[in-house]
Amino acid sequence: MPKENVLCGEFFMNGDLACAEGAISAGCRFFAGYPITPATEVAERMSERLPQVGGVFMQMEDEIASMNAVLGASWGGVKAMTATSGPGFSLMMENLGLGVMLETPCVVVNVQRAGPSTGLPTLVAQGDMMQARWGAHGHYEIIALVPDSPQEMFDFTITAFNLSEKYRVPVLLMADEAVGHMSEKVVMQRISQKELVNRPRPKVAPEEYLPYDSKEGLVPPMAIAGEGYRFHVTGLTHDERGYPVMTAEAQDRLVRRLVDKIRLNAKDIIRYEEVNVDDAEVIVVSYGISARIARYAVQKARDQGIKAGLLRLITVWPFVEDRIRKLAPKVKAFVVPEINYGQIVREVERCAAGKAKARLVPHMGGGVHLPETILEAIREEAR
Amino acid sequence: MMKMLTVDTNPIDCYLRIDRIPHIWCAGCGIGPATGCFIRAIDRAGLNPDKVSVVSGIGCSGRVAGYIKLDSFHTTHGRALPFATGLKLANPELNVVVFSGDGDIVAIGGNHLIHSARRNIDMTVICINNFNYGMTGGQVGPTTPLEARSATSPYGNFEYPFNLPYLVAASGATYVARWTVLHLRELERSIAEALAKPGFSFIEVLSPCPTVYGRQNKLPRGLDEMRSYQERSIIRDGADPKDVELSLNGPIVVGKFVDIERPTLWDCYQQMLGRASKPKKR
Repeated sequence: MPKENVLCGEFFMNGDLACAEGAISAGCRFFAGYPITPATEVAERMSERLPQVGGVFMQMEDEIASMNAVLGASWGGVKAMTATSGPGFSLMMENLGLGVMLETPCVVVNVQRAGPSTGLPTLVAQGDMMQARWGAHGHYEIIALVPDSPQEMFDFTITAFNLSEKYRVPVLLMADEAVGHMSEKVVMQRISQKELVNRPRPKVAPEEYLPYDSKEGLVPPMAIAGEGYRFHVTGLTHDERGYPVMTAEAQDRLVRRLVDKIRLNAKDIIRYEEVNVDDAEVIVVSYGISARIARYAVQKARDQGIKAGLLRLITVWPFVEDRIRKLAPKVKAFVVPEINYGQIVREVERCAAGKAKARLVPHMGGGVHLPETILEAIREEAR
Repeated sequence: MMKMLTVDTNPIDCYLRIDRIPHIWCAGCGIGPATGCFIRAIDRAGLNPDKVSVVSGIGCSGRVAGYIKLDSFHTTHGRALPFATGLKLANPELNVVVFSGDGDIVAIGGNHLIHSARRNIDMTVICINNFNYGMTGGQVGPTTPLEARSATSPYGNFEYPFNLPYLVAASGATYVARWTVLHLRELERSIAEALAKPGFSFIEVLSPCPTVYGRQNKLPRGLDEMRSYQERSIIRDGADPKDVELSLNGPIVVGKFVDIERPTLWDCYQQMLGRASKPKKR
């Protein structure tokens, strides 16, 4: 592929388009999706860009088909992505679980809008945070990143691909309508091949290859179709050969490894940003568009002499448990503004374990918090 | 003295995951013979087995992927076709085969079936039709004949079934055939033809399900249903798909119904690439 077809430089564009360009830079060459507000622009951009870089864009018959086509493409050896919003995200859940079970690298973008159901299709919310964590049936771990700007839509899409290839797990980019539709400056760095992660590949001959062999580590090497490995993979509980085994012992081994490959690598995966937390008495824990308003509120609080800080989550899953545990004894309260009626605040409360209060500042969706609302909560908790 | 001729392995063993045998299928089930036809058809069509991928959904027929020693994917219920679509488009060199059942492909996955046929994506679909949901114990489905008994139609089915060749042909498939597992030679030849043919190929394979469908419909042994196929089947290549609908005890028209040429999805994609603009320089 000619290098000049990957965009580099400074652009003024919205978050959805930046996300598509991030995917192209990350080496994504397959997109399957279905039109849905407010994520449609990602698909539109991919339909224009993928043919230019030798990739494949497919508009599927629904989001179920989109998710499956993405998994199939990944097993065909291509980095693959889909983008959707609430209703489509719900439809993808069963096969997101298949992606987890088969250990299929891929990226799923959710540009969140307000729900439940059709809700407010064109307006912002952060109501799918727990669905991102637990939406598919069964017990598993997932990785989810939250961008707060068009720039991060670009950057984190690349991060999402890298993490998905490294850990062989679908990675969710939990954007929101505000971030997806706002236009800002986006700097697209040239991404060198060295910065891109590719899935671990088998080093043994086909006769010796075991698709889910974890001897070398928790993330098994992945063969792709057509290379002569003649492997089998299944959504059933399976052993290291990929063969179905219907026992509690096989289930124990498999689920433990699927969970542990994320849990035990949480330090490598988790990303967050801190502002003024060292001496803080009140820490605002926030993410996505809400974190931008929280940042302003924290600054205002400091101006008024209140020791406030910001802990901005970049990965929401896995959760920043250790950091919250460490901070809890030193602060009076965590203030958690989010555009839902209390999701991530539950995690904060769990990790604070009674050592500090966790105060929700909810917004039901359709808009964002006023800085004053967050500032008022900080002020009350600092008293 | 009589000379004994012995062989250690069946010539098609190399295509099977022998370490997974015995399989889960019931005595008298037709999925095994259909799988045998598929394997022999790979040889007959002269394909490189390393480049053949099998994708299945859920159900008795969905287990085929697990017994075949090729790159094989056992996916979710109804979703073999879109999974196979991604696989094929990621690597168009692959010969992608969807092998699954009527409940999987036509009921829960029906939308994907018509859209895959519409796109004329280059793949072969082998759809075992045993007229009911076998794995869950014999419930009614969109292929169950009118008035047939099932676990969820205890007084007889009151819904019209699909005529699959008609549905798939109308949706755009370029190769459509129907056989029963009594017609092993014809079926093998037909699968080989479908594997070699570009575009969307669909083969309906009528298969006995003595344990649950047969038992509820006065055909308690596999042989009973095979005998009924023998008595009722009429080979009519080139029959108009709209004339081949099935009923509980009526004639079974089998044969190759559609074999036409139409550019495949990949052909059309390549044409589109020629029209793609260059990226805008800022």
